[in-house]
Amino acid sequence: MQITLNGAPTEVADALTLTQLIEQLGLGARRLAVEVNAELVPRSQFEHHRIAPEDRVEIIQAVGGG
Amino acid sequence: MTQTSDSLLIAGKEYRSRLLVGTGKYKDLDETARAIEASGAEIVTIAVRRTNIGQNSDEPNILEVLPPERYTILPNTAGCYDVETAVRTCQLARELLDGHPLVKLEVLGDQKTLFPDVMATLKAAEILVKDGFQVMVYTNDDPIVARELESMGCVAVMPLAAPIGSGLGIRNPLNILTIVENAKVPIIVDAGVGTASDAAEAMELGCDGVLMNTAIAAAKHPVLMASAMRKGIEAGREAYLAGRMAAKRYASASSPIEGLFF
Repeated sequence: MQITLNGAPTEVADALTLTQLIEQLGLGARRLAVEVNAELVPRSQFEHHRIAPEDRVEIIQAVGGG
Repeated sequence: MTQTSDSLLIAGKEYRSRLLVGTGKYKDLDETARAIEASGAEIVTIAVRRTNIGQNSDEPNILEVLPPERYTILPNTAGCYDVETAVRTCQLARELLDGHPLVKLEVLGDQKTLFPDVMATLKAAEILVKDGFQVMVYTNDDPIVARELESMGCVAVMPLAAPIGSGLGIRNPLNILTIVENAKVPIIVDAGVGTASDAAEAMELGCDGVLMNTAIAAAKHPVLMASAMRKGIEAGREAYLAGRMAAKRYASASSPIEGLFF
C-alpha cells in the first residue's frame, strides 16, 4: 500500500504497525515522536497502531534550534 | 539579597543561570556542546523536525549531547506560522521528551521580520495552557500583549529585543522596562541581542534572563562568545541588583575638595 512518509510517497507492506515501520527504517533506537494524519500517536501505542493506505505519517525528532 | 539566593524561578524550578541558549546554526554537535558548556546555561532550546529517512540514520542526535538530567530542554515552535502547527509541534515535543510540559511558543507572522503573529500567539497560548503545557512565550515588545499573555497563565513572557538573528540589540529599552515593571512572571528577552553588552543591558533593565542563539553561534569564536555572554548576563544582573547611580549632566569630582594644599 502507499502512504506518505515525511512528505514523500512511500510503498510499505499492508497492515504494518508503527513499531514495524520504525524498525524497517532503522530508527528503532532513536527518540522519536509520530503523527498519523496530523494526530499524535503516543509511543505506547506504536505496537498496536496499524497504518492504513493513504495515511500521512510524520516521524519527528529533536534537532538544534533557537 | 545575597548572590546565592538570586535564582531564576520558572514553572516552580530554580535555575542558577539566567542565560538560556539555543542549539541552532553551530558547525557541528561538538561545537554546540562546547558553547553550551561555556555559556553555563541550564535551559537549552531545541527544534522538532522530520527525521531523515534512509540517510544518516546513525548520526548522533542533539539530545545525546544535552542529557535531560543536566539540562532543561525547551522545545520551540520555530517555523510555525499558525495556531494549529504550533499546537501540534508542542504535542510532538512533549511526546518526544516523555511528557515534559515546558515549551517555547512562537507563532511567526512574517518571514522577513520573523515578528510574532500576536493574535495567533494568544490563541495558541490559551490552547496550550489549557492542555497542561508550561508555556514560555515569544512575543513583541508590547507591554499590553505581555500582560495578557501573563494573565492567560504563561510561565514566562519573552519579548524580542530586535528581530530574530539580527544582532541589533535592544531597540526599545523603555518598552522592555515597562514589561518588566508590570510582570509577576519572569521576563526573558528572547532574540535580537548581538553581543555581551546587549545581554548586560537587558539584565540592567531588570529582565530575569536572556535567551539567545545566533549571537553565540554566529560569532567568529562561538565558545569564547558563550563565555562572554555568561559574564555579560552576570554583570548586568549584579548591576541591576546593586542599583545604578543616577546619571547627571555635569561632573562630580571623585576626590575630596577639602585638604587641597594649593
